[in-house]
Amino acid sequence: MMGLLQRLGATTLGVTERIGRGHLFLLHVLGGFPGLLPRFGLVMKQIYASGVLSLLIIAVSGLFVGMVLALQGYNTLVDFGATESLGVVVSLSLVRELGPVVGALLFAGRAGSALTAEIGLMKATEQLSAMEMMAVDPLHRVVAPRLLGGIIAMPLLAAIFSAVGIIGGYFVAVGLLGVDEGAFWSQMQAKVDLFDDVANGVIKSVVFGFVVTWIAVFEGYDAVPTSEGVSRATTRTVVHASLAVLGLDFILTALMFGDD
Amino acid sequence: MMQSRSVQIWVGLFVIAGMAALLMLAMKVSNIRAFSGENGYAISANFENIGSLKVRSPVTIAGVVVGRVSKIGFDSEIYEAVVTMNIDPRYDNLPEDTSASIFTSGLLGEQYIGLEAGGAESYLHDGDRIQLTQSAIVLEQLIGQFLVSQADK
Amino acid sequence: MPEAWVRIRGLRFTRGEQVIFDGIDMDIPRGLLTAIMGPSGTGKTTLLRLIGGQLRADAGSVEVAGQNVAALRSVELYRLRKRMGMLFQNGALLTDLSVFENVAFPLREHTRLPERMIRDLVLMKLHVVGLRGARELMPAQLSGGMARRVALARAIALDPQMVLFDEPFTGQDPISLGVLVGLLRSLTDALSLTSVVVSHDVQESLSIADYVYVISEGRVVEHGTPEALRRSTSPWVQQFLQGQSDGPVPFHYPAPDYRTDLLADGP
Repeated sequence: MMGLLQRLGATTLGVTERIGRGHLFLLHVLGGFPGLLPRFGLVMKQIYASGVLSLLIIAVSGLFVGMVLALQGYNTLVDFGATESLGVVVSLSLVRELGPVVGALLFAGRAGSALTAEIGLMKATEQLSAMEMMAVDPLHRVVAPRLLGGIIAMPLLAAIFSAVGIIGGYFVAVGLLGVDEGAFWSQMQAKVDLFDDVANGVIKSVVFGFVVTWIAVFEGYDAVPTSEGVSRATTRTVVHASLAVLGLDFILTALMFGDD
Repeated sequence: MMQSRSVQIWVGLFVIAGMAALLMLAMKVSNIRAFSGENGYAISANFENIGSLKVRSPVTIAGVVVGRVSKIGFDSEIYEAVVTMNIDPRYDNLPEDTSASIFTSGLLGEQYIGLEAGGAESYLHDGDRIQLTQSAIVLEQLIGQFLVSQADK
Repeated sequence: MPEAWVRIRGLRFTRGEQVIFDGIDMDIPRGLLTAIMGPSGTGKTTLLRLIGGQLRADAGSVEVAGQNVAALRSVELYRLRKRMGMLFQNGALLTDLSVFENVAFPLREHTRLPERMIRDLVLMKLHVVGLRGARELMPAQLSGGMARRVALARAIALDPQMVLFDEPFTGQDPISLGVLVGLLRSLTDALSLTSVVVSHDVQESLSIADYVYVISEGRVVEHGTPEALRRSTSPWVQQFLQGQSDGPVPFHYPAPDYRTDLLADGP
């Protein structure tokens, strides 16, 4: 009984300590942001690594998600004779939820894990230590551009996911299922709002990009510098980042769309 | 240097693609609000019952959206709802005796305000009030009345 | 003997329960090559990290160039580190940068020199270590010895006053070993560097060092010039220098009696 209690206490303390370290780490990293402005090339490289290299998986997933949404939505809507609303169903689901959320989950799997592994290995091979000894702060030089790159790349990826998905939905709805093209677009435009839906979706994806990248770089920096430690950290990144995205999505949705 | 140049080009393409996607979401998918609240003009109307009318519900004339509901209040002296709507300044020639009714689009759709132009010479201006209004039809009341009238027979 | 560039007094450092250093006094003279030797696992790398300010001591002080490293604010510490170079055991080259960019890294981070001058400086440093022709290669394409030489070029890129070498000789074939030994000695003389070499390779260290410290079990066992060390009467030092398998340092890790252990049950 006491043993169980002690384990609970130890776990709680451990988790709290890690969260605290994560925040201190973040503060330190954010301190490096002003220094990045004159050296935007560093950030550019990270936008390439986490954005451009995730482009393919994001676009392909978006296309298929959009096409499936159109197929599924059609089956339901056809019972009510409301197939003109298919555009609304597809675009609202994508813009409000699936673009930011699925985009962020894919981003965590593709770019987040890569970031953790990269930074973890840099730690294991003493590259971060070597930087410190060269009087270069690795949190500013290595971590800060990666965090900023992720924050910039994620909303762009989410927008591409949604746009490609809507195009995929359009092809299925109009090309395959014979929904009227005019109704598809005009209903969509009547119901989707630029600020309430599109802008909120973008805000969501900025938050997700920040959180996923933060978790990824922190896990990498905090990894035990062995091959086992890095592989564990990589797994943790994907699991924790995905859970964080889903949890935050609920909170953000409640905040944004809760009261109409 | 070659490598960093191709990185820059790719990032440039990526940013353009992302921006294009955002632009598509803004222009093609959503309705950019034709006008913002500031440059439209406000007119108000009292209703006995507004049903489930909401802020940002459309205001139409002959089925064309000309504005949106901007505020819904309650006048505690006459126990009526006060609905303020913002009208696109392009439609600044609504006659003074225009009437406003609350309709439902389809059987289960959302509610909106339908304006019907009158024949007066002078037009409505910012801050004016529409005198002729017709409240929302509440389905439950309708059914209740129907049942009562059946019972009377 | 010249004045001490690094002055260590009463240094105590523990990691968990384990005592790594238990009261070490050390003076590392300026402009000379000092070797710090000891068996594996005596915390020689830890000592370098304490000098570089990456770790804090539990007690005692580490002074570099008259400044107490542990008491410095991070800005001052970084300023001090610009005057130090460090060569890590496996080079610790930045794997996403080419050889050229690795050597240019400290210059780009700490100076606003024009590209042309950076190029000249980098090529000069690479020429010193004989790898001017390898400037386009990536770290993954280098052999271990070459990587260490590139790291050496990087460590001296900012013309530091002191360079710390962490096990520079381990795992090298005889040719690159000879190259590294020669480089260490000639760089120390040519640039009047204060070099600190941490190593357990006795012959190489003794052949180039001006002064030697031998540490074991958290204490300085012996120090002096290489000649003095060879004449040392301490049986421990003799065992270490000659590489005998048994002596004051037993061959067997502490264990219960062999016979009873074999007959006993359990793991």
